[in-house]
Amino acid sequence: MSAAGVPSPLSRTSSRRHFWQRDLVGIAIILAAALLGYVFVPDNLALLTRIIAILFLVLSLDLVTGYCGVATLGHAALFGAGAYAAGIAAVTFNITSAFSMVAIGALAGGVAGLVCGVVILRGHGLAQLVLSIAVIHLFHEAANKASTLTGGSDGLSGIAPDPILGLFEFDLFGRTAYLFGILLLLIIFVMLRILVRSPFGMLCRGIRQDPLRVSAMGASVKATLIKMYIISGAVAGVGGAFNAVSTQVVGLDSLSFTNSAEALVMLVLGGAGSLYGAFVGTIVFVWFEDVVSSANPFHWLTTVGALLIAVVLFAPKGLYGTAAALFERYRRRLK
Amino acid sequence: MQVFLSIAVDALAYGMVLFVISIGLSVTMGLMRVVNLAHGAFAMIGGYIASYAARDLGLAYGISVMLAVVGTILVAIPLERFLYRRIYGAPELTQVLMTIGITFCVIGIANYVFGPTLKTIPLPAPLTGPVDLGFRTIAAHKIFAIGCGVAVALGLWALIERTSFGVKLRASVDNTAMAAALGVRTRIVYAASFALAVGLAAFGGVIGAELLPVEPYYALRYMVTFLVVVCVGGAGSIPGALMACLLLGAIDTTGRYLVPEYGEFFFYLAVIAIVWVFPRGLLGRAR
Amino acid sequence: MSVILQVDRLMKSFGGLSVTRDVSLSVAKGERVALIGPNGAGKTTFVNLVTGHLKRDSGRVLIGAKDISNLNPMQRVRAGLVRSFQVTRLFADMTPEEHVALAILQREKRSGRITGSYRAMPEVMRETYDILDTLGLVALAQVPVSAIAYGQQRLLEIALAMALRPKVLLLDEPGAGVAHGDTFLIENALAQLPDDLAVLMIEHDMDLVFRFAKRVIVLAAGEIIFDGSPRDVTGDALVREAYLGSYADASSAA
Repeated sequence: MSAAGVPSPLSRTSSRRHFWQRDLVGIAIILAAALLGYVFVPDNLALLTRIIAILFLVLSLDLVTGYCGVATLGHAALFGAGAYAAGIAAVTFNITSAFSMVAIGALAGGVAGLVCGVVILRGHGLAQLVLSIAVIHLFHEAANKASTLTGGSDGLSGIAPDPILGLFEFDLFGRTAYLFGILLLLIIFVMLRILVRSPFGMLCRGIRQDPLRVSAMGASVKATLIKMYIISGAVAGVGGAFNAVSTQVVGLDSLSFTNSAEALVMLVLGGAGSLYGAFVGTIVFVWFEDVVSSANPFHWLTTVGALLIAVVLFAPKGLYGTAAALFERYRRRLK
Repeated sequence: MQVFLSIAVDALAYGMVLFVISIGLSVTMGLMRVVNLAHGAFAMIGGYIASYAARDLGLAYGISVMLAVVGTILVAIPLERFLYRRIYGAPELTQVLMTIGITFCVIGIANYVFGPTLKTIPLPAPLTGPVDLGFRTIAAHKIFAIGCGVAVALGLWALIERTSFGVKLRASVDNTAMAAALGVRTRIVYAASFALAVGLAAFGGVIGAELLPVEPYYALRYMVTFLVVVCVGGAGSIPGALMACLLLGAIDTTGRYLVPEYGEFFFYLAVIAIVWVFPRGLLGRAR
Repeated sequence: MSVILQVDRLMKSFGGLSVTRDVSLSVAKGERVALIGPNGAGKTTFVNLVTGHLKRDSGRVLIGAKDISNLNPMQRVRAGLVRSFQVTRLFADMTPEEHVALAILQREKRSGRITGSYRAMPEVMRETYDILDTLGLVALAQVPVSAIAYGQQRLLEIALAMALRPKVLLLDEPGAGVAHGDTFLIENALAQLPDDLAVLMIEHDMDLVFRFAKRVIVLAAGEIIFDGSPRDVTGDALVREAYLGSYADASSAA
């Protein structure tokens, strides 16, 4: 990509092909990792399924934080909106097809994204941060009080999704849920790769680097960000709905500040601003959480805190970002 | 009328406690431009130290307060030296991550050392009873909290307006580079104001323990409250912070009196509404 | 000649200090005008009033027949008023190719598309490389902006302005920060601007002003004190008084 010298039209098309090759490699890696998980950790598919659900949230956060530069500590609001919408659809309105539940989750997430986007983008800097924290608390309290619909602090249970296509039942071992999750993940991944490379994705990257320059080009920063918030909400909503489908409960913790903050930690741990970073961060974090909290649940929060400080001090670009930068330097040296 | 008076007194007491805790945050944010999410954690540490000193060691209230302030500053010094200094001038997201990391660590450690239960700080006899003001009675500790708030506000005002440290502080808030060029040793000003901020937070945490109970999640629970004071009042502005605290105190207290079930809901709604209306703060300079 | 930019009795004061006093001027299609003035004359305020970054107290700004006084900066860009920045404002991680393509897509209202890539749009690619070629930036097309020299970043600013195809271009000190020996690069780039484009240039570097502009406007203490040909400006008594020195001083200050 960074070939010096005059690029001929040929090299331009070849760098386009290069992009697609990278995506194919990405898809292959996801599939391989999914298969490895299925074969080698068959008795802990629940953990892998949880990773997938959280991945949607972190990918969604990456869209607004990594690509657009909006710092938010309230992103779980979008995830929780999707989860509760899918859960309520199943429990109250008896919509129990998994695909419909996911679609409803995406829709609800998109609407929540619009609301959160409009509110959070009203401020800048500290005000933006305060708004994002207030928003997640407000969503949390709203779900807590609307207990007839949401089950309040007991959580929403009794979600029983139908077998997928009438064939694959959600079994006790979570095999169907896992495969369903992988399927959704691949679809979303491909869509997001297209999105971040599109003119719109480029505009968003521009906004992260210099919003004033973007508006001096005649583009509306706010409208663009709100659009991205809606898309991001749909992605998080899919994650929430998938979580409702796979665990068959929705808890208030899905709408919590801690959940939002942890998503941010995962994103930064992996490296914001690249979809692969979101993958790396989420997998490492959730796996780590599983190990640490099974060893000593008391120390989990301390460990997250320490991890966060360490990332800020020693790997500000995140694991993937740092590795990619090292690789790039190595490649340049070879040339 | 009775209800109104009770609300007014409670709101005033709550607002003053908020003021004592968050004014330090406001000053450091105006000065160092660090979004410090861990400020509440320092108030919490103060509360824990005072509780330990007064309840477990049986020390006098005054001594416990002093221990809390000094102890919290001692905890904060290495944090400032090794962590905060790395993020002065860093992007906002970096500052958020670092300080939230510190908050999580403090919560985890507090939970481990002191357990998940509420910690009380036994009040001395003169502060426990009600005080008869003629037309009605008010809990003495609330009057004490209000008094402390007023004293802190006046003390800070005197410090900033009347001392040479205040002159240097104001110069550094306005323009750090210029102040440094004029010979102000900004690093020392930074460190001193950080210590002052932390000390005030600890002090506020202790005197406010009756209103904001000390428990491990304190630092997260009130994070947005402290931040919104700075956000609405304007970083570095004492009158702004005072106004914001009284406003927030009034909203929170009224909500809890009138609609106790939905108190928190209305509080967050109000926070959003206030920031929505004043995205740049009441006095229009918070950035 | 048809007037494309018209500024009508523009006023602005901060507190009691009036920084723009009753400024009126008009620029015709294809004109090359330089706005100069001593430090503190209110040039930056004037630019910000015209672009909409500052609110005027009174007066009007028109593009063609359209009154843009009440539009925000973004809407003014859409109306055809594009500015460049005194200090380069570019996207550090993006390449010149991406910058120019994004500007073209924005101009054609295609920047909101969530699928496809500009690389797959032959006409966008062709125009992008035409512009980069005009400004001699093709060799750097795929290098992130953070890795290219400042002088070339200045050229990219001009490339962006060209890609937006404005009706009026406000150049805010295009030569600022460029080494004196490299000013010719900027000059050559400015010479490539379309003939029918109206350009209003704010500049300190008098050499650049005299070579570029066919008309010079001098602003002092918020008022226009001279509007005429570059040949007459140095001889004007008011201008000499405003600068309290000679043009040699001003050029060395740039």
